[in-house]
Parts: sequence; C-alpha cells; structure tokens
Amino acid sequence: MTLFDMLIGCAIMFGVTYICKAVGLLFVKKQIRNTFIQSFLYYLPYSVLAVMVFPSILFSTSFIWSGIAGTVVALILSLFRKGLLIVSLSSILTVFLVETCLTFFV
Amino acid sequence: MRFTRGIKDGLPIALGYMPVAFAYAIRAVDQGFPVWFPILISASNFTGTGQFIGTDLIYAGASLAVLFSTMLIINIRYALMSISLSQKMGGGFPLWQRILISFGVTDENYAVAIRQPNKLSFPYLMGLMCCSFSGWLGGTVLGAGLSSLLASVLTGETGSVFYEIIMSAFNISLYAMFVAIVIPPSRDDKHVLLLVLMSVGLSCIFYFVPLLQKLPEGLEIIICSIVCTVIIALLFPHPLEEQNLEQSKNPAFSSEAQPNDQTLTSQSDTSDQNDGKGGAA
Repeated sequence: MTLFDMLIGCAIMFGVTYICKAVGLLFVKKQIRNTFIQSFLYYLPYSVLAVMVFPSILFSTSFIWSGIAGTVVALILSLFRKGLLIVSLSSILTVFLVETCLTFFV
Repeated sequence: MRFTRGIKDGLPIALGYMPVAFAYAIRAVDQGFPVWFPILISASNFTGTGQFIGTDLIYAGASLAVLFSTMLIINIRYALMSISLSQKMGGGFPLWQRILISFGVTDENYAVAIRQPNKLSFPYLMGLMCCSFSGWLGGTVLGAGLSSLLASVLTGETGSVFYEIIMSAFNISLYAMFVAIVIPPSRDDKHVLLLVLMSVGLSCIFYFVPLLQKLPEGLEIIICSIVCTVIIALLFPHPLEEQNLEQSKNPAFSSEAQPNDQTLTSQSDTSDQNDGKGGAA
C-alpha cells in the first residue's frame, strides 16, 4: 500500500458513497413508479449484508471456534431483536473470552 | 422538530456507532494502515459497511474498478433511502441544505428520520446527523489512538498475546452488527428470509469452491447479491408503501420547513416518545 493507493482509494470510496447518498435528495423529487426497481432496491441491502457476513464471519477471528461462538451469540441476540450495540459488544466479549480460554487453558 | 430533538434522537445511534467505529479503526491500523487513514475515511465517508469493505479491498490491493463497483453495489441502498427521505422532506429545502443532509444518510439515521410522524425539518436532521456523526468519528479517533497505545502498553509475551486476542475480538464486531441488521427483518418478512438464505448459500459456494476463489476480491459480493436480489424481486415484488406517495402530494406536508417548526414540535412531542429507543436497532 503506497500513499497514492490509499488516497486514490479514499477518493473513490468517498465519491461513490456520496453520490449514492445524494442522488435521491438532489435529483429524484418524484416517486419511482417501477415496481421491479422498487423491489430490487428494497431487497438489495439484505442480500449484500448476508453475502458479506457468511461465511466470512466464521473466519474473522484468530480461531474458528471463537468465530463460531461469536456468530452464534450474534444470531441468538438478534433473533430476540437486541440492538446493534448489545449484539456487537456481546460478540466481541464472547470472542475475547473464548480466545482467552483457548490460549491459556487448552 | 428542533435541533435539540435531533440530538436526543441521535444519541442512541451515536452510542451504537462508537464500538463499531472503534473496531473499524483498530482493524485498519492492525492491517498496517497509518493512524490517520481510518480517521480520514470515517470523516469523508460516514458509512459502516462501505468503509469496512472498501478498506479491506485497498488492503488486498484490489483494482480500482473492483473497488468502484463494489462500493457502488454496497452503497446503492442509500439511493433508495435518499429518494425516500426526499419524499418526506417536501420542496422547502434549498440546495445547500440538501447537499449537507446527503452526507448524513446512513441506515440508522434514515431509520430514525423516516419514522417521524411529521415532515422533517432542517434543524432536526442536522441535530440527528451531527450527533451520530460525532459518535462515528469519535469512535474512530479513539480506536486509531488506542490501537497504538495498546500495542505499546501490552508488551512482553503475555501482553502481546492479549493484544492479539483483543484485535481478533474486535474483528467480529462489524459482522455482528450486520447480523443484527439482517435478522430482525428476516423474522418479519419471509421473502427477506428466503433472500438471506439464498444469498448465504451462494456466498458459501463462492467461498469454498476452489475455481471461484480465484475471482477478484469483492466481485463475489456483486455477483451473489445481484443474482439473488433479481430473482426475489421478480418472484415477490415489494412496492413502496402508498403512504409516502400521499404525503408528498399533500400540500400540508410540503410547505416550507422553518416557519412551521413550533407547531410541528408541539404536535410531535406527544407521539414521539418511543422513537429514541429504537435508534440503534
């Protein structure tokens, strides 16, 4: 990673993100009527997030077992509709505890 | 709908953002980026998912075309939110206000703003977005600062082991947040559940089949999500609610924002009591 890579990468990230955020507020003041486009835009975020999370979440930590433990905790808590803060902190804590046990007691 | 109400509604979001931004910065510094880099990204992008993936792509040395198209596909949902917010704001906003508000469009800000019973005002949106942005930027600065501090404090054999464990634990934070975003709507809407299951299945195929692993970094996100979403959108159309349409047509909702602030605030105070707690959900 050179300085140039980082700055050009940041510029692209900013440009694309801002254009996506601004396009509706600046240019679309009428309602979109096309049902397919409405449906596509409604469903897309869930698919993108699901693809990004699985199976990468399992391998996001140093040990597969701590990854699995963190995933299970996140799944259970979000099934009970806990907020982002609780789910995210609980997962972090779970991974920390599991890895501490694996490192020092196994 | 005053500035202070926006701040109040933004607090739970800011609290939810802090550990995520913290984790983002720690991860970036751990990958070898300089301390200023995650701060610059957080200050200019203000988006959880996109920053996380984009930084990973830069780290992996992905081509600019892949970076561009991946960012587009991840962030395209903001276009929908932006359109939807635009409907709820009416025509009273000058261009410079729209340019500012655009920057603050995030999943959580959108979710809180769109739930307001009344037409949105500029001071309210600014309060909401400034508050959550402070949480985001503050968390990033803390994470970037503390990661180097942690590395210098946790020295020696045991110390460096704990440093590794802490870094590893924070790596799961953003994934956990995405799980918390995806699972509740999957419980409510079986079409979303089907879409999520399909996406996970296809994603696993791309992850584990050796031939497909050779695809450029990030491309599998675009392919999997577009294929699955097109199928589900064709099978189970999900039109936007009619309510938005009526509001944008109703002249009472599209008059200029500022003069009505006092009346809007007094009307909304009674019905808004449960809005704050859902901010981070």
